[in-house]
Amino acid sequence: MFDFLEGYDLLGAFWVTVQLTVYSAIGSLIWGTLLAAMRVSPVPLMRGFGTAYVNVVRNIPLTVIIIFTSLGLYQTLSITLGAEDITTINFRLAVLGLIAYTSAFVCEAVRSGINTVPVGQAEAARAIGLSFTQVLGLIVLPQAFRSVVGPLANVLIALTKNTTVAAAIGVAEAAYLMKEMIENEAELLLISAVFAFGFVCLTLPTGLILGWVSKKVAVKR
Amino acid sequence: MTSILYDAPGPRAKRRNVLLTVVSLAAFAAVLWWVYLTLDERNQLDWDKWSPFFTDSRAWTTYILPGLENTLIAASLAMVIALPLGALFGISRLSDHLWVRLPSGVVVEFFRAIPVLILMLFANELYTQFEGISSDNRPLYAVVTGLVLYNASVLAEVVRAGILSLPKGQGEAALAIGMRKGQVMRSVLLPQSVTAMLPAIVSQLVVIVKDTALGGALLNFSELLASVRPMSSFYGANTIASFTIVALIFVALNFALTTFASWLERRLRRSKKSTGAVLGADNVDDINAGEVGGTTATGAGGGI
Repeated sequence: MFDFLEGYDLLGAFWVTVQLTVYSAIGSLIWGTLLAAMRVSPVPLMRGFGTAYVNVVRNIPLTVIIIFTSLGLYQTLSITLGAEDITTINFRLAVLGLIAYTSAFVCEAVRSGINTVPVGQAEAARAIGLSFTQVLGLIVLPQAFRSVVGPLANVLIALTKNTTVAAAIGVAEAAYLMKEMIENEAELLLISAVFAFGFVCLTLPTGLILGWVSKKVAVKR
Repeated sequence: MTSILYDAPGPRAKRRNVLLTVVSLAAFAAVLWWVYLTLDERNQLDWDKWSPFFTDSRAWTTYILPGLENTLIAASLAMVIALPLGALFGISRLSDHLWVRLPSGVVVEFFRAIPVLILMLFANELYTQFEGISSDNRPLYAVVTGLVLYNASVLAEVVRAGILSLPKGQGEAALAIGMRKGQVMRSVLLPQSVTAMLPAIVSQLVVIVKDTALGGALLNFSELLASVRPMSSFYGANTIASFTIVALIFVALNFALTTFASWLERRLRRSKKSTGAVLGADNVDDINAGEVGGTTATGAGGGI
């Protein structure tokens, strides 16, 4: 029944999907947190930049961003991100695009978490003489992160699904393989079922585990 | 927000803020300068690469406007079909009967867990097997099918959350005056929850508009993004300029929708006639990405 799978590297394709997800998740967590810090900072210019970035990037389709990294950055401006062969270049460009896009959503999630920290906490921290960086780094962000595990899990799940867009610039991940397979094989329903199952396997446990974690670590107020 | 994390600045803090402003300004300027140099080096800033968009109306009538039209057609078709379908599934998930509740729950959770692109690829291939669909229309149908399957399941969750957000007394009072279950839903719960759901529904449109670009990239659907390639080859490799224009149109369109959604939300929260329950734009994003069980109290996120 599953003979059509022979000759195709199904696990390899899903492994690329997982790699894309993990690298982009780490990158967008860092960049998104920085953006959130900018949006609440006392410097108006940084606040303006953070707001502008989030509002612009959130409203551009991810597909436009990903294709731009290939057509615009690589083919027009010859930015290769330090990679030699075309496979690695496309992979890194896709990660770059995913980070640029996802961090806007991470920023919004972290910022909403900062809003859940009671005002008294920050006031007390300031009263004992902590600076803005200390208030944010020692008091507010640690609590904010514990309350945004749930929303961040949603961002992570969306990111997992969004990695399929990398197929548009030829990164050999799951959607790319599926496109190739349904063009060559006759078993449309079976192939689609296999890929759908693969994504359910990736996203469902993430949601369940992180949902459990978010209940575990949330600050009870 | 401003007063929570830091005090009103004193003389030292003012000096430090000015210093930080100067430093970040210098950093932004350095990045911009580097971008300018790189672009200039590749001749991407030459006036003849940008002039078609300002002096030549054919750039708009031949490439951009038809693309935009297709984007809007696909998005509105998807919305119009997905909305009733989503309402149907959202209401079935609240049914008293397990045999109605369970299948619709499975369908909704399944289509939310799968990337839209996979659904579109499937639909595109499926439609090649039907004689009646011409190959010109196939990409549009595939894009709309993919969008409908995904967004109907997201909207089902919006509808469910909207109905659940109503005060319990509404349904009880309706039952008490002798309405049937169907009547309670049709004449009492649904009309009220529609107002509560409106902002969430409008901001779901943004997700739909953005996702139409997938069809342009992978299914040969000639929407706005797909117009970049022929346009930039016609006007002499002005890739950066074409992308900038297309991205700006997407931003303008979606930003208008986002602003409208949050204006609607504020307005609904203010008005005294409603029950006070409003599903904001953030709530959609919350349930957008396959949240399993329960609702999260805080935050925005997710969404393609």
